[in-house]
Amino acid sequence: MGYLVPVAAVVAALLIGAVILLRLEADPVEALGVMMRGAFGSSNALMNTAIKATPLLFVGVGITIAFRANVINIGGEGQMVSGALLATTTALVIPELPAIVVLPTVLLAGIIGGAIWGAIPGALKAYYGVNEILSTIMLNVVAVQLMNFLLRGPLIDPAEIERGTRIPQTERLIDSADLPHLLGKLHIGPLVAVLVAVGAYLLMWRTPVGYRIRAVGLSQDAARYAGIEVRRTIVLAMTLSGAMAGLAGAVLVFGSESHRMVTDGSTAGFTGSAGFNGIVAALFGGLHALWTIPASFLFGGLLVGGLAMQRAVQVPSALILALNGLVVVFVVSSDRLRRRLLARDYTGRRAAPTSTNDPPGETSPAEAEANDR
Amino acid sequence: MTVTPTGKGGNMRKPRFAWLAMLAALALVAAACGDDDGGGDGTNGDDPFRIAIVAPSASNDLAFSQSIVDAVNLIAQERGNVTVQVTDGMFVVEDAAAAIRGYAEDGVDLVLAHGSQYGGSLQEIAPDFPDTAFAWGTAADTFDLPNVFSYEAASDEGGYVMGVMAAALSESGIIGVVGPIEVGDAKLYVDGFGVGVLAEDPGATVNINYIGSFSDVALASEAAQSHLAAGADILTGTAQMVVGAIGVASQNGLPWFGTQANQTSLAPDIVVASQVYHWEVVLREIIANIEGGTVGGEIYEINLANGGLVIEFNDGFDLSDDVRAKADAAIDGIKSGSISTGQ
Amino acid sequence: MSDLFTQAVFIAMVASGVRLAVPLLIASLGEMFGQRSGVLNLGVDGIMLLGAFSGYYAVLRSGSVWYGLAFGTIIGLLLGIVSAVIAVTLKAEQGISGIGVYLFGLGMSDLLFQKLVGTPVPISSFPKVQLPLLSEIPLLGGMLFRHSLVVYLAFVAVPVSMWVLNRTTFGLNIRAVGQNPESADSLGVSVARVRYATVIIGGTLAGTAGAALAIDLGIFQQNLTNAAGFIAIALVYFGAWRPLGVMAGALLYGLVNAVVLQMKTLGIIPLAWSDIAAMVPAIITILALVVVAQRFRPPAALTTPFSRGT
Repeated sequence: MGYLVPVAAVVAALLIGAVILLRLEADPVEALGVMMRGAFGSSNALMNTAIKATPLLFVGVGITIAFRANVINIGGEGQMVSGALLATTTALVIPELPAIVVLPTVLLAGIIGGAIWGAIPGALKAYYGVNEILSTIMLNVVAVQLMNFLLRGPLIDPAEIERGTRIPQTERLIDSADLPHLLGKLHIGPLVAVLVAVGAYLLMWRTPVGYRIRAVGLSQDAARYAGIEVRRTIVLAMTLSGAMAGLAGAVLVFGSESHRMVTDGSTAGFTGSAGFNGIVAALFGGLHALWTIPASFLFGGLLVGGLAMQRAVQVPSALILALNGLVVVFVVSSDRLRRRLLARDYTGRRAAPTSTNDPPGETSPAEAEANDR
Repeated sequence: MTVTPTGKGGNMRKPRFAWLAMLAALALVAAACGDDDGGGDGTNGDDPFRIAIVAPSASNDLAFSQSIVDAVNLIAQERGNVTVQVTDGMFVVEDAAAAIRGYAEDGVDLVLAHGSQYGGSLQEIAPDFPDTAFAWGTAADTFDLPNVFSYEAASDEGGYVMGVMAAALSESGIIGVVGPIEVGDAKLYVDGFGVGVLAEDPGATVNINYIGSFSDVALASEAAQSHLAAGADILTGTAQMVVGAIGVASQNGLPWFGTQANQTSLAPDIVVASQVYHWEVVLREIIANIEGGTVGGEIYEINLANGGLVIEFNDGFDLSDDVRAKADAAIDGIKSGSISTGQ
Repeated sequence: MSDLFTQAVFIAMVASGVRLAVPLLIASLGEMFGQRSGVLNLGVDGIMLLGAFSGYYAVLRSGSVWYGLAFGTIIGLLLGIVSAVIAVTLKAEQGISGIGVYLFGLGMSDLLFQKLVGTPVPISSFPKVQLPLLSEIPLLGGMLFRHSLVVYLAFVAVPVSMWVLNRTTFGLNIRAVGQNPESADSLGVSVARVRYATVIIGGTLAGTAGAALAIDLGIFQQNLTNAAGFIAIALVYFGAWRPLGVMAGALLYGLVNAVVLQMKTLGIIPLAWSDIAAMVPAIITILALVVVAQRFRPPAALTTPFSRGT
């Protein structure tokens, strides 16, 4: 029974979508069919989905680290942008060297850029008591203006100034910084993301660092009692989380169609809101790096399928956003019911696992901070 | 007391394997039973001419995106047997790239990438579809590709004309401009406007405020208020968030100059004139080229001289003959080349 | 610089800051109630957007700004009920469900606008009300007392919120539930009922804030709020879950924005630096907290769903 709940939730969300489609005078069966096929129906569709899922997975993996330390990082958008900016700048100044040198360098620059943007709210929280929700939201605002400033000025393609067209974008970045392709349009981004997810899993569950991060997340008092440097651990968790988002930003640049960085003036124009959607993927994956892999893939499929549906049935793209929101709300709302039913299914064999309410900050940054004083 | 985060955490955060698996199964089932009409495959002579538009904002935004959608619909009406597909709201550049590629894969005859930020992607996509014609705007570069046209608007020309009128109408000699970010089409218009003002009244002040966003309507509104405080008695602005500034101009009865679309409907009393883009002028040439076998390589511009840019005056605004004459003189001067907008 | 900042400019600048602060203040006060009782609602911006469209559409249809404000508020209330069902009864993950509500509101408000309205049509906005006597005070009169009624109502909501939180049984229950739901429950307070009430208050005020924004601007378009709902959430933390603190945060953010705008307009900030200048409000908000170094504790049960007997 329990296994059917999330399916029912998705179906319920799509049913509402179908009603809206009917109101828009589109054939809902055709539309939703196109959506599913556009996401998973062919090898081409699967590649698109994998590429779309990549930034979600990077950000999501970072979220699994931060939220485990009870730090609510909603600054993924800004961290992606800052990572992309540092990676792009590096690619612009790096001399022509073999890809084997260039690619790791520029990706590392992305990691560093994101890490800086994550370390700032981490340090503000740990040492100045500034709540991370406030600082990450504000730093998202700062990052978009920094992006516009740099792409409009210092980093702009000189040809744009020469022509007078002033499109806020860099020149095409050097070939050796392009992400190599595995198969058709599929670049190595998804593979790297999966490896990073595995790495994060090992870090969190098989190393002392991960142990410390989780200990701080569960109880700062207990962690301090056990001799863990709580403040430093919080900064570390946010730095790692930002680093993952920064890598997402870098991969978005070097794996993009245009192989350059370009702004439309908004953060979402560059990130595609992956900084937020990555949180959804991570929480769907139970804040577990490995389960974030399929969660990102499915969420990416939803986004890619939506685009395909928009093109085929000619409905406004606003509908796709609304539909994504509905699916998220329905699935997350049904989660408790699913677990209750699952618990009942299992009672025959073993005692029902008491479902503790999960994630973010359930010990809550609240308590964390209070204890910190 | 000891903490064992490994054990406890492991229990607490059970992976949601169940629903993930089921969602995947559902997806596969849907994929499997979906019908399989592969898309357009007929190839006889009566095939309609297929045009697809990829645009960054809503197709009825009374601004940049609507200008191209209106033009294509007009062409479709003129010619008949044209199908038009629109993917609007594509502010995410990578999504736009996916849509451009998707339309090309679908076998569309002409794909319009209507956003200067799409160029970098188009440069990489177009070579993969040598038989498909692409057009990119607003821009002035075809990347030397044989299947890419580009089109741009000389919006500085209209800006100049508006600037002349603004300077002539202003009593305080202070004029306010609300812009998004100092780039592309917006910068062209604003720069042309400034040159026009100073050409008419060298002693005038043009206060320019780029608010840093294409979407923050409230900030655009307050930027207009800041111009009022600074003594401006005429306002103009560009990009979709200026609806906020137009509201302020309307409430205070200050003349407004519009661009990208006819903004008279937003404030019938105070809009003096709007610079309107008529992309159909270049679209006709592009389509004629495609039918002649040339699928790219040309750069087009709409301007006052070729009728692609039109200054539409608002009959509801009581513009004095004197100022109107100055505007007409500026239009004629730009058309004949005797006036330079400084671009 | 001082000769550019005449008295008139200064008054207009402060008045502008107050106007910018109002939607943030209304939404933020609402979110504060929810958080005080332990519920973080990240969906504020989505509710604001739907409230904004509803308010706009009602004015367009009825011609009455007050009918519009009421309609936007009612839509906010309904979405508040939905949010409460999700967060309290279904005990959904508050972070994600809020993001879902945000995405839904962002898409749905735009979709409804495109289908029901199409190209933007202006509507009338709130009339300005000059408060008798007060509006005649030099300087302050122009800054504070020549606004629309909504502005005054927003600021009246601050002492009202303080009174509710600190002087009523309901307020006591809110704080108890947010601090320690188990003991509140054992004292016979219905945790669910209190949280329902606060989340509905939050949704209602978010709807009001959105409608007020749209009607004040006299227009609607896609993403009208431009993520103001997220700024409102941040301001709850800035204000340390206290109405006066929230008001201080909203005013600071609004005023810094207004000062930056005025300085750009007057050319004090050169064009090339306009993006950098646009960062200033966000940076000052963070720095203000660092400097003040406030040490208030958040409600201990924030983001934790409550189940009796677990």
